[in-house]
Amino acid sequence: MSQTSFDLIIIGSGPGGYVAAIRAAQLGLKTAVVEREHLGGICLNWGCIPTKALLRSSDIYRNMQHAGAYGLAVQGASFDLSKIVARSRGVAAQLQSGVKHLLKKNKVTVFDGHAMLAGPGKVAVTKDGKPVADLTAKNIILATGARARVIPGMEPDSKLVWTYKEALVPDTMPKRLLVVGSGAIGIEFASFFNALGAETTVVEVMDRVLPVEDAEISAMARKSFEKQGMKIITSASVTKLDKSANEVTVTVEAGGKTQAITVDRVILAVGIVGNVENLGLEGTKVVVEKTHVVVNQWLETGEPGVYAIGDIAGAPWLAHKASHEGVIVVERIAGVADVHPLNTRNIPGCTYCHPQVASVGLTEAKAKEKGYAVKVGRFPFIGNGKAIALGETEGMIKTVFDAKTGELLGAHMIGAEVTELIQGYMVAKTLETTEADLMHAVFPHPTLSEMMHESVLDAYGRAIHF
Amino acid sequence: MPIQILMPALSPTMAEGNLARWLKKEGDTVKAGDVLAEIETDKATMEFEATDEGILGKILVPDGTQGVKVNQLIGLILEEGEDASALTAAGAAGAVNLGGVAAPVTPVATKPTPVTAAATATATAPGTRIFATPLAKRIAKDAGIELAQLAGSGPHGRIVKHDVEQAISSGVTKPAAAAPVAAAAPAKAAPAPVPEFGPAYTEVPLTSMRKVIAKRLTEAKQTVPHFYLTVDIELDKLLALRADLNGRSDAYKLSVNDFIIRAVALGLKKVPAANASFTETAIRLYTDVDISVAVATPAGLITPIIKHADQKGLAAISGEMKTLAVKARDGKLKPEEFQGGGFTISNLGMFGVRDFAAIINPPQGCILAVGAGEQRAVVKDNALAIATVMSCTLSVDHRVVDGAIGAEFLAAFKKLIEEPLTMLL
Repeated sequence: MSQTSFDLIIIGSGPGGYVAAIRAAQLGLKTAVVEREHLGGICLNWGCIPTKALLRSSDIYRNMQHAGAYGLAVQGASFDLSKIVARSRGVAAQLQSGVKHLLKKNKVTVFDGHAMLAGPGKVAVTKDGKPVADLTAKNIILATGARARVIPGMEPDSKLVWTYKEALVPDTMPKRLLVVGSGAIGIEFASFFNALGAETTVVEVMDRVLPVEDAEISAMARKSFEKQGMKIITSASVTKLDKSANEVTVTVEAGGKTQAITVDRVILAVGIVGNVENLGLEGTKVVVEKTHVVVNQWLETGEPGVYAIGDIAGAPWLAHKASHEGVIVVERIAGVADVHPLNTRNIPGCTYCHPQVASVGLTEAKAKEKGYAVKVGRFPFIGNGKAIALGETEGMIKTVFDAKTGELLGAHMIGAEVTELIQGYMVAKTLETTEADLMHAVFPHPTLSEMMHESVLDAYGRAIHF
Repeated sequence: MPIQILMPALSPTMAEGNLARWLKKEGDTVKAGDVLAEIETDKATMEFEATDEGILGKILVPDGTQGVKVNQLIGLILEEGEDASALTAAGAAGAVNLGGVAAPVTPVATKPTPVTAAATATATAPGTRIFATPLAKRIAKDAGIELAQLAGSGPHGRIVKHDVEQAISSGVTKPAAAAPVAAAAPAKAAPAPVPEFGPAYTEVPLTSMRKVIAKRLTEAKQTVPHFYLTVDIELDKLLALRADLNGRSDAYKLSVNDFIIRAVALGLKKVPAANASFTETAIRLYTDVDISVAVATPAGLITPIIKHADQKGLAAISGEMKTLAVKARDGKLKPEEFQGGGFTISNLGMFGVRDFAAIINPPQGCILAVGAGEQRAVVKDNALAIATVMSCTLSVDHRVVDGAIGAEFLAAFKKLIEEPLTMLL
């Protein structure tokens, strides 16, 4: 067996684990990563990236159907689902090999197998039940991520009832589709299949779609989805799935009424659970609560030298949160000065449905609930020259300021390319700018980003173009 | 007479610091503005500048000395025309002050407070750029805090919002000139903008107590979801019992409030769920029955605590309450005598207030507002009758205590007051 003593062992190579590994290597730590499935984790292989590839196809297809509006003619626009899927897999494969290359370049040792804690500072790696290596390190990071939550009685079967995993590689184009859950994952798949012509129904237990977003954004999103032909049932729960040979009858209960909806496929997207099993946590001081490892602000678990980052360490379940946490842990281990705990209010979230949704910080309601007197700015896409030129006039940018200090408490966007715009507010928030600095900043014309400026101006009654 | 160099207070909260190193040697010429030494505080290393001219005659506290008290004599500067012989006398005189507690009155009190001048000069030396985020700058400006007083925790020592907020909550305000004990001393509030045609007024600077009251109660009212439950309670039996008990001995004089404290304590014993606090991760159920009682003082409201009130008799509660109230009015309560408690009683009955709703005293879950006992017309057995009735309103943090629990507690409390003999059990 090769080198088995390290400064740091990272279990899991998703966006939390592999980023932590590369940063650790940069800081001179002898680092090992143990991965049981594929480098890059869910994000890169079965999550963020391949879904973006699918949605790119459906976006282009949608544009083809609207070609006439741009003076173009497209005849017989159609698609080949297997080729769309193949492209998505190709993108994932390319990135996976990229991660492999990066780890190699940084001299991170990668172990292919399943890791388990085996006593203080010890990790046992096995593959198919056979021992591969016994590793030791002073520091261990748990970065094993999460998987789809399963509701008893509605277990996915890979055929009629899918999770994200089957939905990413559909063998058939469902004519009728029902998506349970309207969070980011559910709504992205609903958008994709709806755009390709599936008669799509979304069932959400909360009273609105994308329930973590600002209520106004949720309402605009719902209106837009419905305009695109999606059927949305909120404050509803699925009580039963009756499967026949090639269809499922879903019993949906909403407002005291029950209805039966028969569809070809069901996608379950009702949240995630942490991958905390078979990690050897039993007998350690690592505390698991509701399938997530309990950590403090420095991502330390109850067990000295054992850290947890990313999805396994709790919400928000976002790749960029995992990466940042990984860097924080590694920099603290390496004794880097000036390391700060992650400010959870400064983690943006992006959903790639159509129209896109992006946000950071407090919603208007949350800000008020926390006792802030707020100033709220809004600017619609219809008031922006570039948006009109693009033919993307649907959407809005909303900003929420603390009336007292001018702190940007939150920003909420819906519309074309907002997932690329949100970073501007992110930088502003991280640098603690006030409304005054955002007003002074010169935004280029003509861009969608001008709406970010206008929204800030509007919060103070100064919007120019609306 | 040589000029005494005293350990400077480089921040309002600084009580002592380390003398990292002298940048001038004995015999060096010193001009005002020269950096004499580097002083380390728990927050930062700062330069200590001279405010006088002369020759550094003697270093009394050497490089690397830890824990030098503010205003301790650390060196002597010889003025023009003085020679080394002057040092001996001055050194001896200064020795009295060596190691002494930071005393605002120093042998150089005749000079215009050199300590302050030095601190200010260091902090705002011209040409020194202070790195702070726009938000930090604005919050500091609004709070009247000089950024130069703060140590930044952001990248490259930049002052961020958190640093300013922490300074505000620890009581740092504009007059950096204040004595080393500034944290405890009343500090001047930022001058309010003067409206041109507003009514005439005078301003009373906020005491630190007033600031704490403002902060905690604003926080409570804005962040705690309050709800209110009111009951009317007949007092006649209690008043009769009180008169009876008070007539039996001169060793105690029980007030209605003493009965209320005991009844609350026994009520909480019966409904322990009302003796609780909300935390982000759990409901904290107190195992002791410690009752805070609001007392008005000239400086503001304070809540001394009757600890283990459920285990104390009426006379004991009465005696303790009297002692605590006197201490509260004299400002002599020890922190442990007013910090903590699981439940608060606020009684405005003596002012004739009929009924009011109090603001929760965080982190506690409930506060009981007690109104005046007054004769009211009540209906008893289908006939009008006169009874002495008092209205009590329980303010409840709904995150901790639900309506039914609050009502259950109030019912238990009411029963104890209306059947006061049960309180003696």
